[in-house]
Amino acid sequence: MQKLIKWVDDRLPIVDAFENHMSKYYAPKNFNVWYIFGVLSMLVLVNQLLTGIWLTMSYNPTSEGAFASVEYIMRDVEYGWLLRYLHSTGASAFFLVIYLHMFRGIMYGSYQKPRELIWIFGMTIYLVLMAEGFMGYLLPWGQMSYWGAQVIVNLFGAIPYIGDDLSLWIRGDYLISGVTLNRFFALHVVALPIVILALVVLHILALHTVGSNNPDGIEIKQNKDENGIPLDGIPFHPYYSVHDIVGIVVFLFVFCGVVFFFPEMGGYFLEKPNFEPANPLKTPDHIAPVWYFTPFYAMLRAIPDAFLGVVVMGGAIAILFVLPWLDRSPVKSIRYKGMFSKIALLLLIVSFVILGYLGVVVATPERTLLARILTAVYFGFFILMPWYSKIEKTKPVPKRVTG
Amino acid sequence: MKNLLIVIFLSVFSLGVQGAGSAHPMDHIDMDIRDKESLQKGFALFSNYCFACHSLKYARYERTADDLGIPHNIMEENILSGGAKIGQLMTNSMSTDQAKAWFGSSPPDLTLSARLRGPDWLYNYLRGFYADAKRPYGVNNVIFKDVGMPHVLAGLQGVCAEAPSLGVEPVVDPLSGNIIKSSGCSDYLTEGSLSPAEYDEAIYDLVNFLTYVGEPSRVESEEIGRSVLIFLLFLFIFAYFLNKEYWRDIH
Repeated sequence: MQKLIKWVDDRLPIVDAFENHMSKYYAPKNFNVWYIFGVLSMLVLVNQLLTGIWLTMSYNPTSEGAFASVEYIMRDVEYGWLLRYLHSTGASAFFLVIYLHMFRGIMYGSYQKPRELIWIFGMTIYLVLMAEGFMGYLLPWGQMSYWGAQVIVNLFGAIPYIGDDLSLWIRGDYLISGVTLNRFFALHVVALPIVILALVVLHILALHTVGSNNPDGIEIKQNKDENGIPLDGIPFHPYYSVHDIVGIVVFLFVFCGVVFFFPEMGGYFLEKPNFEPANPLKTPDHIAPVWYFTPFYAMLRAIPDAFLGVVVMGGAIAILFVLPWLDRSPVKSIRYKGMFSKIALLLLIVSFVILGYLGVVVATPERTLLARILTAVYFGFFILMPWYSKIEKTKPVPKRVTG
Repeated sequence: MKNLLIVIFLSVFSLGVQGAGSAHPMDHIDMDIRDKESLQKGFALFSNYCFACHSLKYARYERTADDLGIPHNIMEENILSGGAKIGQLMTNSMSTDQAKAWFGSSPPDLTLSARLRGPDWLYNYLRGFYADAKRPYGVNNVIFKDVGMPHVLAGLQGVCAEAPSLGVEPVVDPLSGNIIKSSGCSDYLTEGSLSPAEYDEAIYDLVNFLTYVGEPSRVESEEIGRSVLIFLLFLFIFAYFLNKEYWRDIH
């Protein structure tokens, strides 16, 4: 074994790579439970890739055969139902862990200098993941797949001058059709997964260059011992690898509970209208996107003008990209930030979650009013940040990490 | 920080409480897809009364027979129609053009009806027919207004004279203790071969079968799921102590 490793290492620096990223990558020793979601998103990504490959073996990407082939997978393919539920539950789990991962980053200021690029790569992964999820959702070719895609692609039509041509170009047809299904399939199973994998590599390389942030927001590289090892750092392997196994098992327990017992999750993970094949002549009474898009969908519906709605929805995602340059606080972590930042973060979460709820239910005048207020609150967190993060009184940051 | 977590938790939790906004109150039933006798009776009812118009085109005869514990020869002699082989999908021979001419729209495939509409909807719909001279087939339905489907099960249920009350709590006379009003039809125009209670049970069996056929993997999934969760519990114990052992020397 040693000989083999040496033989390879003489030709490819595998020992170096292992040390740089695992056994001699020093992570702060004070990570808390919020630091599990990065590794969980990697786990879910692998789950999506593997189950996706096997689903592709039996799926038929045509408007005539797609719906029936999904039922064929559910009934006639050995453990096909398991592959499909792992994939469909995995999609929701992916967004759940990514949202929690992003929240962790915002809470502890992990986007701040020198980690701006990690944040940008992460946000790009999130953006591509939204496209991946959206295109994947068309593939079962159910009623909600079809009409959800119709609504989303029509959004591009709201852009002045080029809008109609743009949505026509995306669909490849005057309405969602087999042509659209084919291209979404190609993008979903080949193009976007490659992009996501490449971005994940960049995200982690950038992270391992500057090192991980921590709940105190202290740079552990500023306190090193005589060997150049951070005093508050511990090797990722074995300490965090064994740590992460515990988190992974807990996550898998919940995940498998959903997969084996509640794969529809009350209609949130698999929507009921999707058990009816797509019918271009029959619009469902109530079109709701899957839960992970609903906060943005609520913002879109809250704006009376179609084009402005698209701008606001796009802006809600775009503004996250510039977060590193909006934060003027001298400290990173919410632990040492002032009252304004704490209230702002609370409002951000409350507005995002309630908007998510409003995007699921049918719009009424009161709900639309609430959605408008919450959209303003959501943007307020970002737009006012340069001001409130600068003027508030922060607490002194300790030299070394705490607990 | 703790308060923040509580707020998040409560807000996420409240997501599940949204009302479906159902149009008509309905009786609720709990399905039991492990009750093979009920599934067999439901399947028999389906093949006698529904299968002529409604297909189960994503399900196969053989898989259904095996899951329900029906021997292949009985399946082949009694259920298979028009030279079908047991390995085939349960399609039927009615063309959509014929169906459109007879009923106004083609009868939908029912393989996934229980997942699309829910068992409660099916159970109430099939007990919701009543006489309505204005409709082409002389019946209307309280759950699905002006439905194109005739009351195929009228021979079993009879025809209800007026709209049956569904989804109502039984009203008990406080003096005698008798039930004076309950869910279902109270006045029949023509009698059927089954009593109201027997009819409700037959419909339960039919809906139970449709629930099974909507997701035939359900029972297997829950059996495997239990083993998986037990395995993860054991794995957790090992992972927990492994982690504890390593982390003893930190802090």
